[in-house]
Amino acid sequence: MSDRLAVRKTYKLYVNGAFPRSESGRTYEVTDPKGHFLANAAWASRKDARDAVVAARGAVAKWSGATAYNRGQVLYRVAEVMEGRHAQFCDEVEAGEGLSAGKARAAVDAAIDRWVWYAGWTDKLAAVLGGANPVAGPYFDFSLPEPTGVVAVLAPQQSSLLGLVSVLAPVLTGGNTAVVVTSKERPLPAVTLAEVLATSDVPAGVVNLLTGDAGELGPWLAEHADVDGIDLTGAPPGRAMELEREAAGTVKRVIRPPAQEPDWSADPGLSRMTPFLETKTVWHPIGV
Amino acid sequence: MSSPFQYAPAPESRSIVDIAPSYGLFIDGEFVDGTGEAFKTVNPATEEVLTEVSAGSEADVDRAVAAARRAFTRVWGPMRPADRGKYLFRIARLLQERSREFAVLESLDNGKPIRESRDVDIPLAAAHFFYHAGWADKLDHAGLGPNPRPLGVAGQVIPWNFPLLMLAWKIAPALATGNTVVLKPAETTPLTALLFAEICQQADLPPGVVNIVTGAGETGKAVVEHPDVDKVAFTGSTEVGKAIARAVAGTRKSLTLELGGKAANIVFDDAPIDQAVEGIVQGIFFNQGHVCCAGSRLLVQENVHDEVIASLQRRISTLRVGDPLDKNTDLGAINSAEQLARIRELSDIGDAEGAQRWQPDCVLPDRGFWFPPTVFTEVSPAHRIARDEVFGPVLSVLTFRTPDEAVAKANNTTYGLSAGIWTEKGSRILKIADQLRAGVVWANTFNKFDPTSPFGGYKQSGYGREGGRHGLTGNLKGATSS
Repeated sequence: MSDRLAVRKTYKLYVNGAFPRSESGRTYEVTDPKGHFLANAAWASRKDARDAVVAARGAVAKWSGATAYNRGQVLYRVAEVMEGRHAQFCDEVEAGEGLSAGKARAAVDAAIDRWVWYAGWTDKLAAVLGGANPVAGPYFDFSLPEPTGVVAVLAPQQSSLLGLVSVLAPVLTGGNTAVVVTSKERPLPAVTLAEVLATSDVPAGVVNLLTGDAGELGPWLAEHADVDGIDLTGAPPGRAMELEREAAGTVKRVIRPPAQEPDWSADPGLSRMTPFLETKTVWHPIGV
Repeated sequence: MSSPFQYAPAPESRSIVDIAPSYGLFIDGEFVDGTGEAFKTVNPATEEVLTEVSAGSEADVDRAVAAARRAFTRVWGPMRPADRGKYLFRIARLLQERSREFAVLESLDNGKPIRESRDVDIPLAAAHFFYHAGWADKLDHAGLGPNPRPLGVAGQVIPWNFPLLMLAWKIAPALATGNTVVLKPAETTPLTALLFAEICQQADLPPGVVNIVTGAGETGKAVVEHPDVDKVAFTGSTEVGKAIARAVAGTRKSLTLELGGKAANIVFDDAPIDQAVEGIVQGIFFNQGHVCCAGSRLLVQENVHDEVIASLQRRISTLRVGDPLDKNTDLGAINSAEQLARIRELSDIGDAEGAQRWQPDCVLPDRGFWFPPTVFTEVSPAHRIARDEVFGPVLSVLTFRTPDEAVAKANNTTYGLSAGIWTEKGSRILKIADQLRAGVVWANTFNKFDPTSPFGGYKQSGYGREGGRHGLTGNLKGATSS
């Protein structure tokens, strides 16, 4: 071991492509499961959440308007840069989740592979989910999937990287932009992921990561009129119903939380992409 | 404008329908008396009371859900999928056989012109059953994920604008995917749903697979909130849709919502004006404008505004408003006094806010609920008649200069159900269609529907699709299709 004193990182929010502190000035202490200090994380406020929604809305046109091939390449680039941070992710997951080095490594491997899996979906969704409709008349009629828009994601509380990737990547793959509230007690891999995103040609605002309390920020995001969908996976126990009711006020698309946090290594299928895709059907006469 | 053409009355005979003095609920394959207070349904064209209908109480809904659960567990769920399909084919054929009877009954109870009930509502309803019949034994090949399974009991609440057609949109996919149904028709238009119950009997559909519980909002609420309902499907207002989404929050119930709309119908200066005018008329006056996807906001490129409006007014002056059973009628009656009051209120607000109202000379019948075809020009995007769903024969005209402005104005709404584009330029159609935040885009046509074609909204027009492969999704467990 070298006796060099380490340069520690300041963990901040990731909003609109920048790394601000919380406007509230608040931070909270992040520890490992045994209570040892790891870092002070920014404690995002309602105002931070609103700023994040503004950034996400502003990024919708560019991200949803990019070609599917381009989105796929950008998302693949994310996986490439994650690979370069592999050791760092392993350290953070191991410390934050209290895993063995082997289990932490498996989780990081799976997270990167999951990101690659989604990157390959961008230019296949329209073929798999869309198609021509054989209507009974002289019309060309086709249906295509389109992104819902701005999606708020309450990320899983336990699985701080694989779980986070498993809920974030599908939202982006479909062309949505995201405002993510990370695991409250295990936020550090999310901030490192933000650094990956910032250097992977993901346009500013497409992903916004807020470290803090889903219980505090969830209601503001659930009722926000400029949020089109919400994934309640990481909602605090017993709060999901209240958040779903808030979301009903603007007819948001909602993913309800599972009874308990699932095994994120399972094949997700399309189940996390389709809730935040709309189907557009276009008709045109033939021969008129 | 006096017409050189005179129309002799051409009434469709109502002798084909036989309306009983009163109707019960259809539960477990039988008509039974409801325990709620009975209500009357009227012919909106004459205000004549057609019959008295039972209102389903909570206890009645409970019996219906229990019957549906039994049928799901014992009969419909275990049945060979091909046999489920055969029942649906039977229903489709029976609807076709009795289509004129259904059409006349629909026009009597709803007020819509016989031309539409005969040529659109009833044939499309039969087509929905025929289409979905074929899906019943092909779900493994629908690309909706491995092993698609039914949800169980579907609670369905439908509106009064297309009573039988909305019933078909709801019941056909639910049954094809192996679910059983408790359906509540709209309070003002229960009769074709009750006649459909007879069709179920004629088809020998096993008891409990389809249950029809008539009533008003309280009955619908009981269906939606029943703890043994697995799936809720609702078509109606955004306001009620939000209340339903709140009611099912935190439950296991799957939900699809088809809600309100305020569609933009965009006419570019290169559009063939005569065709566009037909499309505008079809877009807003079809079914008296009682259409969630009605083209109620006309966006006209500024340089052709005067020409389009003049041509539109000429065309509207030839529309025939009156007896729904007359085969020449274009616009029938407004469905209810309540709806008429809402149309009047919003139109008056249109006047008060400074829009210019135009209505053709037309003589409206003395009795019944009527509103003439109406065009408001000089409408600004802030006006209530440009923002609120009128759900009547009222068109609001706005203008634009550039395609970007057209898109911005079209999308400037909390709704996102449908939109129209009129232009001869193909690449522009595809660009604008891409930019419009709406679930259905009609280019150089409007208000077209087909069972193979997914229908449903963006934004606050709801979620889930009806029709096509996509429409199966909302009826299946773990099925993945957007």
